[in-house]
Amino acid sequence: MEDWIVGTLSRTLAYSAPLLLATLGEIYSERSGVLNLGVEGMMILGAVSAFATAFITGNPWLGMLIAGIAGGVASLLHGFVSITLRANQVVSGLALTMLGLGLSGLFGRGFEGKPLEATISNVTVPLLKDIPYLGEILFVSQSPIVYIALALTPVMSFILFHTSVGITIRSVGENPSAADSAGINVWRVRYLCVLVGGVLAGVAGGYLSIAYRPAWTTGMTNGMGWLVIALTIFASWNPSRGLLGALLFGALMHLSFRLQPWVAPELLKMMPYGSAILALVILSIGTLKRSMGAPDALQQPYVRGEK
Amino acid sequence: MRDKLPFEIKKRQNPSGLGVITVSFLALLGAFIVASIVFWAYGANPVNAYRALFSGAFGGLYEISETVRRATPLLLIGVGLVIAFKAKFWNIGAEGQLFLGAIAASWVALFSPIPDPLLIPAMFFFGFLAGAAWGLIPAFLKSKLGINDVITTLMLNYVAINLVLYLVQGPWKGETQWGFPYTDKFPSVARLPTLGNTNVHWITLVIGVLAAVLIYFLINRTTPGFEIRVLGSSPPAGRFAGMSYVKTTLLVMFISGGMAGMAGVGEVAGIHHMLMNPAELSLGYGYTAIIVAWLARKNPLSVIVTSLFFGAIFAGGNAIKVSLGLPFQITDVFNGLILFFLIGSELLMSYKIEWRRKE
Repeated sequence: MEDWIVGTLSRTLAYSAPLLLATLGEIYSERSGVLNLGVEGMMILGAVSAFATAFITGNPWLGMLIAGIAGGVASLLHGFVSITLRANQVVSGLALTMLGLGLSGLFGRGFEGKPLEATISNVTVPLLKDIPYLGEILFVSQSPIVYIALALTPVMSFILFHTSVGITIRSVGENPSAADSAGINVWRVRYLCVLVGGVLAGVAGGYLSIAYRPAWTTGMTNGMGWLVIALTIFASWNPSRGLLGALLFGALMHLSFRLQPWVAPELLKMMPYGSAILALVILSIGTLKRSMGAPDALQQPYVRGEK
Repeated sequence: MRDKLPFEIKKRQNPSGLGVITVSFLALLGAFIVASIVFWAYGANPVNAYRALFSGAFGGLYEISETVRRATPLLLIGVGLVIAFKAKFWNIGAEGQLFLGAIAASWVALFSPIPDPLLIPAMFFFGFLAGAAWGLIPAFLKSKLGINDVITTLMLNYVAINLVLYLVQGPWKGETQWGFPYTDKFPSVARLPTLGNTNVHWITLVIGVLAAVLIYFLINRTTPGFEIRVLGSSPPAGRFAGMSYVKTTLLVMFISGGMAGMAGVGEVAGIHHMLMNPAELSLGYGYTAIIVAWLARKNPLSVIVTSLFFGAIFAGGNAIKVSLGLPFQITDVFNGLILFFLIGSELLMSYKIEWRRKE
């Protein structure tokens, strides 16, 4: 039983890492006022480009880099349409997801089912691994990307809430015209935050295809990007709560595999999606009448001189 | 820096009808040009690809019938989405609502005690109700608890997909299907008649056209329609006038979900004659219908035209898949690009460019 719990917690971390990375990015994007529903599309583009790069060059870290670039470029498309052309952010994000799923299916077809030699393998940290329980959960056979995601959380939280950069981002998301009057370039801040979101979503996708379970299958993100959108709300746009949410949903996704001997797998696969709705219901009852903390200018394109 | 541009962008009061059509046409053209770059990058000659696409959609009577067949679910769902979007409700869950309709129709066809002559009407009736019920969940959650509609409708899609998978691999798995994840075939009394040798199940098509007309009148000529429009454009104004946001949201999603449910009935009763793997049952009609509704500029009657356009892309995409060996995801690429160009060009419609005179 102890082994089962330790094993579950250790794998939960592995499952949470992509959710956490993409959620951190989406939090930055939305904090600056840009909702990006294209996470699913950016993740899958990251996944396919990471796999293709690692497969061709044999260098998995280069694969991760390209995954980040792919996610970033895709996010800039959303940025251009929704920030510069001021189009509806919901529809633009949907378009990005459709495009990402389509392009990855098209260009990934040649890699379907191919074995990958060059993967980012798991590491075991000496000394730390001997800490009872915690060592086994955190430091035995864990992907380096998991550590990167865990380390990014406090850093991104600190930047957002305790530095002038963070104040700038939040002010652009709360009251862009005031930020503009204070001399902040609203467009530039929004573009950069959207880019951060795209790069992290791309890396999250890359992790799935070359580290977590090295393989490329069409549509392999399977709704994870949408969970990220739900997690961002669940986290009240706060990175530390994003970590909490990612762990919770990582655990649910992992359990949906672990419980398969007892329950039909299809019913288990509903669990994370159903729980996301349930979590938002509980949250909304808990914070009823109080704002859930959404940035005031979320989804509002900024036009100088107009309210 | 902005003042040095050779032109000025001015706001337009009301985009003209001709302007809307011109800009939409240019947007489609732009999307096709970018798509040809994708074809080329994939190693296919864009000219051949478009020729195959066009002849696959319009090349003959059978090809046209395939276009109409693909347009049918898009029409039903698209008309339903128009009414949701009018009320500013983001129903991204039509895909799931379609599956619920398909499940209900399959239950009626295979397991219900309903007498034979009533089977087909009962399938549409229960299919509508099942889709509507699935749509009412996010409507309730948004109007009562303020929970984001995009998230809930999307999450319910994944729940619905897994529900279909569970049924066809578990309790409803057919005994005559050699272990495939299908239900048994529907009895012939539960299959929709088709036009000649085509796959056009005309009953569903007629329902779609009638619904387009009815919903047009509902939105433009009735009190509930007026409330939908007011609450969609300004919820505080509507509430001030004593309109019920909750009631209107529930009504809108009852219709929107129900229409998607009936599209699901059409697919199982008119085409496949069984419940099966969700990916084969719907080619993402629920998502594509969002573009159908958007391109129709939220006018239910225009959906008749735009659904045919995307029906042609599905039929043509299928032809490309066969003749050029491109995967079917090419239709997703088209859809994504078209949607990007459509919304990106909207700025052009509400603003006009005025060239500065040289001094």
